[in-house]
Amino acid sequence: MNLLTNIISGLSLGSVYAIIALGYTMVYGISKMLNFAHGDVIMIGGYMSFVMTMYMGLNGWLALLVAIFICTALGITIERLAYRPLRGTGSLAVLITAIGVSYFLQNIALLIWGANPKMFTSLFKGMKPIHAANGQLTITPESLFTILANIIIMVLLTLFVNKTKAGKAMRAVSEDNGAAQLMGINVNQSISLTFAIGSGLAAVAGVLMLSAYPVLMPTTGAMPGIKAFTAAVFGGIGSIPGAMIGGLILGIIEIFSRAYISTELSDAIVFACLIIVLLVKPTGLLGKKVSEKV
Amino acid sequence: MAEKLLKIKKINTRGFKNLVRGNDYRKEATISYAILVGGYLVLQLLTAAGLIGHNLQGQFVPICVYISLAVSLNLVVGISGELSLGHAGFMAVGAFSGILMSRILGNGMSFEPLIIIISMLFGALMAALAGFIIGIPILGLRGDYLAIVTLAFGEIIRNFMNVLYFGLDDGKLRFAFNHTIDGIDNNERIITGAIGATGTKTMATFTWGLLLCLFTVFVVLNLKNSKQGRAIMSIRDNRIAGESIGLDVRKYKLMAFVVSAALAGMAGCLFGLNYSTLVPVKFNFNTSVLILVFVVLGGVGNIWGGIIAAALLTVLPETFRQFADYRMLTYAIVLIVVMICTYNPAIKARVTGIWAKVNPFKKKRGGDKGKGKKSRKEAA
Repeated sequence: MNLLTNIISGLSLGSVYAIIALGYTMVYGISKMLNFAHGDVIMIGGYMSFVMTMYMGLNGWLALLVAIFICTALGITIERLAYRPLRGTGSLAVLITAIGVSYFLQNIALLIWGANPKMFTSLFKGMKPIHAANGQLTITPESLFTILANIIIMVLLTLFVNKTKAGKAMRAVSEDNGAAQLMGINVNQSISLTFAIGSGLAAVAGVLMLSAYPVLMPTTGAMPGIKAFTAAVFGGIGSIPGAMIGGLILGIIEIFSRAYISTELSDAIVFACLIIVLLVKPTGLLGKKVSEKV
Repeated sequence: MAEKLLKIKKINTRGFKNLVRGNDYRKEATISYAILVGGYLVLQLLTAAGLIGHNLQGQFVPICVYISLAVSLNLVVGISGELSLGHAGFMAVGAFSGILMSRILGNGMSFEPLIIIISMLFGALMAALAGFIIGIPILGLRGDYLAIVTLAFGEIIRNFMNVLYFGLDDGKLRFAFNHTIDGIDNNERIITGAIGATGTKTMATFTWGLLLCLFTVFVVLNLKNSKQGRAIMSIRDNRIAGESIGLDVRKYKLMAFVVSAALAGMAGCLFGLNYSTLVPVKFNFNTSVLILVFVVLGGVGNIWGGIIAAALLTVLPETFRQFADYRMLTYAIVLIVVMICTYNPAIKARVTGIWAKVNPFKKKRGGDKGKGKKSRKEAA
């Protein structure tokens, strides 16, 4: 039963990574940039939700909606002010700008809320954990809802990208930016929409993550951000199902190495797995192979 | 002196060798060495005159280390054209193996310069080994994938440092993994997991820092201007073209990567010998990013630009420590604004337009350029 508990907490952690990884993978797919500030959008989402429940006295779910709204606006603003002027100038410039944005968000949070960690109240406070198999297996509401949220988000997002016009436009832009523009697709709008969705999902991921691991600091988003990015690469960056698979596998690997090998080395094992996967499949598990034109 | 330099320039431009090497090499080398030695002399004079505070004096060695790291990372990012996000990992390998070596040597030896040199060489060797092991499999990856793997590698190194334990027992080295070393006095411990290296004898001085920088610049510039360096740059500019004229892509990429790692290890070792205690957290992702920022703000591939950027960006945040709350915020905004102003074509054109109007050196520069063109025409 211990094994099953570990699998469930691994799936729960992996779901958080998967939701964050979606933001990375969609943004990478459409604008070919590594958005290192994504992890800090999670943190801002967490703080927003915290402020809304603590100081404004809002219900947790309502606070989540406000956080999603603010993060969506934040994502669009970041793209408009920092990334759009640098579109098409090579990955290095955008990467450094993204790092600048990440420092900016962290330090804004530091100025407003201070360096002391805040204790986040779980979104599912008051719900009782489910006991199964004569009390040997415990499923916390946090795990259950995180996994559920992940599945719902995946289904909705896949439907959106494949069935709607806006989703089609997004796919077209990520396939070929120039050709999409010639076909009358509003490229700027598609990219803004991608950032909006990614950042809104980051807020959801932030609240879900903080419900399970309730320590909120200005640097809270950094490590999950890097790991979710790893998950996106693991599954093949640019691919939406890849982000989900990558996130889930990564979460399970992390929990298992914490439980059975070593707590200190769990991160090292996660990253080592990434390197091994990239050696065997250089574009990730579900990544597309891009052939080079001579 | 200036005449002499000019003379050498004139004679050399006739030589065939310098058609290939070009004057850019000499210009770059002269400027780089001049900045390093000049900066060293000015700072030493100011220190002797008592104009530099204690805090800033403590920054001298870190400045040199960061300059050296920026120059060595430039070898990978600028010259080899690969994005590396794990430079701090090599720095960590160099730092901890260097500290280890210095403690072992310090047991029987008292001549500090020799200890420092051997430790630095050992640090460089270990970092080069790490670079080699990591480099062989991953250099086949392209672009952003290489970046993420170097990032992962840096994190793995830092994680391992958290569980490594080294100690001396009657002069014999003892090593443990994931648990404390029993039976060794506290002052005999060298590296204690997450607490890091403690009790290191601080041997690093500003002069050693200068020597490190000079050596790094010397190696990088000479590699850049060798046959191998040109091969590396041609692969960077067009990998397929390089392959088709028979260049071994992996070999040359690995060469740049390993040399860069070794130099980072050397710098890391001096960094380690500058502090009596050193925690592994110091070498996290942020440090790798910091070094990359030096390289990019100094101009990718530009050695002396990286030197200036590293020195300024290490000194300025320290100088403005009293505005602690706002300095990192300003740093972030400056970083974004500088990137947009230098890389966005429209904004860049506007900025250079304004600069051309207010530029105090405008006339002089224009004159020089005309002269240069003339003499080049004459030579032809």
